Amino acid sequence: MSATSDVEIENYSVNFGPQHPAAHGVLRLVLEMDGEVIDRVDPHIGLLHRGTEKLIEYKSYLQAVPYFDRLDYVSPMNQEQAFAIAVERLLGIEPPSRAKAIRVLFCELTRILNHIMNIASYAMDVGAMTPFLWTFEEREKLMEFYDAVCGARMHAAYVRPGGVSLDMPAGLAERIKAWAERFPKIIDDMEGLLTENRIFKQRTVDIGRVTADEAIAWGFTGPNIRASGLPWDLRKSQPYDGYEQYDFDIPIGKNGDCYDRYLVRVEEMRQSIKIILQAIDKMPTGPVRVNDRKIMSPPRGEMKSSMEALIHHFKLYTEGYKVPVGEVYAAVEAPKGEFGVYVLSDGTNRPYRCRIRAPGFIHMQGMDFMLRGHMLPDVPAVLGSIDIVFGEVDR
Amino acid sequence: MSTAKETAAALTELGAYVMAALPNDVVSHELRAGELSIRVQRASIVKVLTFLRDDSNCQFTQLSDLCGVDYPDQDERFEIVYHLLSMRQNQRVRIKLTTDEDTPVPSASGVHLCAGWLEREVWDMYGVFFSDHPDLRRILTDYGFDGHPLRKDFPLTGYVEVRYDEGQKRVIYEPVKLTQDFRNFDFLSPWEGIQRVLPGDEKASAPPPAKPAGG
Repeated sequence: MSATSDVEIENYSVNFGPQHPAAHGVLRLVLEMDGEVIDRVDPHIGLLHRGTEKLIEYKSYLQAVPYFDRLDYVSPMNQEQAFAIAVERLLGIEPPSRAKAIRVLFCELTRILNHIMNIASYAMDVGAMTPFLWTFEEREKLMEFYDAVCGARMHAAYVRPGGVSLDMPAGLAERIKAWAERFPKIIDDMEGLLTENRIFKQRTVDIGRVTADEAIAWGFTGPNIRASGLPWDLRKSQPYDGYEQYDFDIPIGKNGDCYDRYLVRVEEMRQSIKIILQAIDKMPTGPVRVNDRKIMSPPRGEMKSSMEALIHHFKLYTEGYKVPVGEVYAAVEAPKGEFGVYVLSDGTNRPYRCRIRAPGFIHMQGMDFMLRGHMLPDVPAVLGSIDIVFGEVDR
Repeated sequence: MSTAKETAAALTELGAYVMAALPNDVVSHELRAGELSIRVQRASIVKVLTFLRDDSNCQFTQLSDLCGVDYPDQDERFEIVYHLLSMRQNQRVRIKLTTDEDTPVPSASGVHLCAGWLEREVWDMYGVFFSDHPDLRRILTDYGFDGHPLRKDFPLTGYVEVRYDEGQKRVIYEPVKLTQDFRNFDFLSPWEGIQRVLPGDEKASAPPPAKPAGG
């Protein structure tokens, strides 16, 4: 044997996480590396698994609502909306038009809430600090609107089967409008820092490219599929809660890379502002809850004088309402993609099965094919661009 | 924009079309609450999914969701539910099949790539085995977890809890200790008020008793 035998270089694996600032939560990525090039990615998820689906099986339909806030905790109301729509379809009820308009208004605010969170933290992952500081001030204002309407800054439990829990307080619409008119300036400022930024583009252009066919086959939805050039948006194609009445456009990307996913989200925020302004201008008057005492509790004032109202209130908050036997799959266009809820009812006051189709779970699976052949520093770039929040991935 | 009625008619037509095209594989189809459910033979699932994906009248190219449901009282206790989406036709369809603890279900990951993780989740949560799956490992539960948590006979509180032990300087597993018994209220008890049908009402619609012969 010669002394200069070939040295065998084996692939080695790198642990990314479970605690890593760019992992957007608790994610462990086992990366098989060939030098600095990624051969295979094996995401180990479930570190935040709380058994939401199991818990919901033991709760009444109303008690299940707050669990949806805690899935994707940066876009709570969209998820409540999906559950509310599913239960409403099982019950065969239709929320009043004002409730629908409020839902649209707040779901679009939530979309902005989600997108600025994503873009800012994404920019920070690839090296830009300032957008994070600027946009988080706006997030704070948005959470004040949340606070004003339901008393909680994040975990709203506001959108409920049969409408919304409370009407908007007086003057809130004007405050939201004043904010919405100023906000495009913030997007411009943020874009000024990022869109043509040489470093940002070096980190994102042509990284993690996904073709339209791949996006469909891997189950991508939301901004991720639109960045690959497919104009697919449930708000347009399968409208719910009156989205067909609003005038807005669906931005799509051309290349399906990280940069396009960023651009799509930026443009979506501008479109959301358009919807918010329309929703405020066209806001109908009237009730915000279905007038069915067997489903939604009576107003507090009525309970002070009516025994029947008091009984209804007691029954609804202890036993809840019974939902007819059936099954429904309701999907909404959450900021991260298609958020679906499959509710199976056996006719009792608790769901027999509540399956949550979280977009992040499906997108996370795409990490492997997106990252193969990329370098290690591209991991945070791709991870940030597909917009992952572990609350919904792990459920 | 199509109305709900047109959508329902299109889905009924689709159900009949799939049933006619795959008579040996499709068991039944029904439209309920505006959603089409197709029940298929377990062994034919790959064939059905491939047909639905490739047929030009269907084009269900995306698997939105795949999940399990547990019915402990049935012979084949697990139901696997597939939700498919056709972007071209703007339709959704639900495919169902049943299986039990021992019988594997053919994996759909060859037809829809995203089925991989979804099937891993069903395996993790229900213990349904998928044959020909490239990488059937647990996905959401802890390393070394025992049991399948979404089964109806798995307790909500689980069996073990973890904590960091200062003495041993490591995370240890212990049997669950509840400070208060798990409370599960039975709301199916008779707080329903007066029923529409009073006891004895059934006699009114029953046929009159036959007269004794010769009486």
